[in-house]
Amino acid sequence: MTETLAAASAPEVGASPAPGPLIHARGLTKRFGELTAVDAIDFDVAPGESFGFLGPNGAGKTSAMRMIGCVSPMSAGTLQVLGMDPIADGPRIRARLGVVPQQDTLDTELTVRENLLLYGRYFGLSRAECAKRADELLDFAQLTERAGDQVEHMSGGMKRRLTIARSLINEPDLLLLDEPTTGLDPQARHLLWDRLYRLKQRGVTLVLTTHYMDEAEQLCDRLVVMDKAKIVAEGSPRELIERYSTREVTELRFAAGVQETLDGQLEGLAERIERLPDRVLLYADDGEAAVAAAHARGLEPETVLVRRSSLEDVFLRLTGRSLAD
Amino acid sequence: MALAPAYSGIGRVFEHRLVLYLKTFRASIFSSFLTPILFLTAMGLGLGAYVDANQSLGGVSYLAFLAPGLLVATCMQVAAFEATFPIMAGLVWSRVYHAMYATPIRGSDIALGNLAWMGFRLLLVASIFAIVIVLFGAATSPLIVLAIPVAMLTGLAFAAPIAAFAATQRTPEKFAAIFRFGITPLFLFSGTFYPVESLPAIVQPLAWLTPLYHGIVLARGLSLGTIGVSPTIPLALVHLAILLGFIVVGTFFAVRLISARLVRG
Amino acid sequence: MTAFPLTSAFLIGSRRSLRLVERNLFVYKHGWLVLLSGFFEPLFYLLSIGFGLGALIGTIPGPNGQPIPYQLFVAPALLASSAMNGAVMESTFNFFFKLNYNKTFTSILSTPLSPGDVATGELTWALIRGGLYALGFMGVMVVLGLVVSPWVIFAVPAALLVGFAFGAVGMAATSFMKTWQDFDLVQLVILPLFLFSATFYPLETYPEPLQVIVQLTPLYQGVDLIRSLTVGAISPILLFHVAYLLVMGFAGLYVVSRRLDKLLLQ
Repeated sequence: MTETLAAASAPEVGASPAPGPLIHARGLTKRFGELTAVDAIDFDVAPGESFGFLGPNGAGKTSAMRMIGCVSPMSAGTLQVLGMDPIADGPRIRARLGVVPQQDTLDTELTVRENLLLYGRYFGLSRAECAKRADELLDFAQLTERAGDQVEHMSGGMKRRLTIARSLINEPDLLLLDEPTTGLDPQARHLLWDRLYRLKQRGVTLVLTTHYMDEAEQLCDRLVVMDKAKIVAEGSPRELIERYSTREVTELRFAAGVQETLDGQLEGLAERIERLPDRVLLYADDGEAAVAAAHARGLEPETVLVRRSSLEDVFLRLTGRSLAD
Repeated sequence: MALAPAYSGIGRVFEHRLVLYLKTFRASIFSSFLTPILFLTAMGLGLGAYVDANQSLGGVSYLAFLAPGLLVATCMQVAAFEATFPIMAGLVWSRVYHAMYATPIRGSDIALGNLAWMGFRLLLVASIFAIVIVLFGAATSPLIVLAIPVAMLTGLAFAAPIAAFAATQRTPEKFAAIFRFGITPLFLFSGTFYPVESLPAIVQPLAWLTPLYHGIVLARGLSLGTIGVSPTIPLALVHLAILLGFIVVGTFFAVRLISARLVRG
Repeated sequence: MTAFPLTSAFLIGSRRSLRLVERNLFVYKHGWLVLLSGFFEPLFYLLSIGFGLGALIGTIPGPNGQPIPYQLFVAPALLASSAMNGAVMESTFNFFFKLNYNKTFTSILSTPLSPGDVATGELTWALIRGGLYALGFMGVMVVLGLVVSPWVIFAVPAALLVGFAFGAVGMAATSFMKTWQDFDLVQLVILPLFLFSATFYPLETYPEPLQVIVQLTPLYQGVDLIRSLTVGAISPILLFHVAYLLVMGFAGLYVVSRRLDKLLLQ
């Protein structure tokens, strides 16, 4: 069973019909003493798909990832990874996972290439095999010129690329990425997304956590929105936006002190209205119409922005808070 | 992929330490030779002349008395260092043990692989030290060869429990206290420089509580060739058993605490 | 004797450098155990080597050649070498960390403090620590009955002078270091000095030519100075020791100030 699974999802083979989910979780729970970090969540991840956990810091995403990665035992529920039990088969499952942790765990005393070589050895690969794959992965991560450099002196973006390259050394069936671009500058993020997109195209199954809605929209076929240890919604980015938001959003910013005096003047301008501390959001499929309606009522916002709905709006609708909180 | 057999995880962890060690190998070997040469010259020969003038050690030269004590004490110091900062680096600073733990390698492999490495490193340090002792003419018996594994075991008797402790720490603050209030006093008061019998009678039993004392008594008996008489064979076995006891209990806790720390993240 | 007012006047001359001392005090509020432990190390050595090993030795020739108890012989040498050790630790490992990792200095220099203030401030801090340890150690010597001459009063300032000389040179050396591996060199210098500067046995133990070499090394100056003061063997050679250590310290300070200008004000 597990052998056929591995074959079906191996990157080289491509997407043949999958016999079952790579991850199967029901009532998955993680408690630390009094605190419940993950509260009875259900989800499945199919071979070849790119699956995301979206939520603010502290929502329980990392705890969920650590359970899937078989480094943190669950407190209750059922969890199967690659058809096996994480408690009984931890090392066997981990042999087929690639893991990109939130915090870098590179060996700073070693060079870029040595990091790849030794990591391959942890999977029991021969030295020759490690060397071959290391060279391919250096190329993939665009680090070939830096192969002999000490990791300590590299930029954050390069370290992340190396960490991703390292996670691929065992040709994993499932790649787990915990906040892969947090802390990187925009250019480094786009470079990283490009690499991850290529992996996705090759058919590698990705599971990632993020609190960036743009990252989730770029990379995830399907995602779950997490808040306060629970899953609050599930679907593709497009489905979630259709279900929980309008096509367009109008953002109105008023001069200081004006917004508080607007009682009753906004009602009926849009399907739904959200008041944030610094601006008002009008949810209506036709943004320009909402702007016209606002002007017609004599409202004089300082700035007006009409934009498409995003996962940020979905999150706001579901939790009443913004992702950045 | 066929899963590698259970013992190989330990081997991979050992390999990691070996690769790191080879980067500073030459400097390390150099100081492994230099330290015993300096200590034996200054304390053994220089100061030894004044001890020998008094015939204080009943016919044994101070150099011959001191050498095995320093051999074992040096292994203790190396072990204490290896069991503190590198363990903290792997768990807290570079977090490489967490990276290993994301692979088929288990928590116990990480603990045992590191202890195996420390054993190997101690064997190297002790062998070099023993060679220097022989070159100084400070060994009176060929049994000095057996003092090498004794020194290694003494080192491990410190390394295992200290590694267990290091796995519970988030900052190296308490390590300085271990060295200042543990390792240095032991180095000075456990019979390295003079027989424990010279200490006040009340504190003498304390020496029994430390692995260093047992290691020194054994190594000295071997190096001087007095084993069988001082210490007697049954007593020597007791000393050895105590060292092994420290290692077994320490290893048990090192495996448990390092594994627990990896699970906590 | 003139050493203490001179050096302290120089060091405290820059008031702004005291801000650095304040910073260190603040940091060590949390690490008082580490701070306190620095006092115990020489004490352990005195009890073990002085009394434990001393019992096997009895008396040994002192600075005048007359036999003195081994404890009395080794105690001042331990005071001198712990002053060296403390100053070198602070001025190499800790200074390097602050210089390269913590970026403490870079942020300090965006204030009116100059690199020279930084250097003297750091050194003043190391000396305050060293002075406290020296006073504590003297207290122990009094309790153990190792005080035989009134000149011993000057042993504490002499220890400070040793700390000043090694601290300044240590910082100067550190300003040239690039990686932690370079610190193996520090150990390579400190250990032989500790063992061979007539610390544990008289200079006369060495053959003649070696004696001359040892007499030229820096820690020997401190050991002989403090030992002579402790037993009251006063001679003009002590002025040479003082001058040697002063020149060494100021040369180190000069170099480190120049280097810091280069390193920090790019």
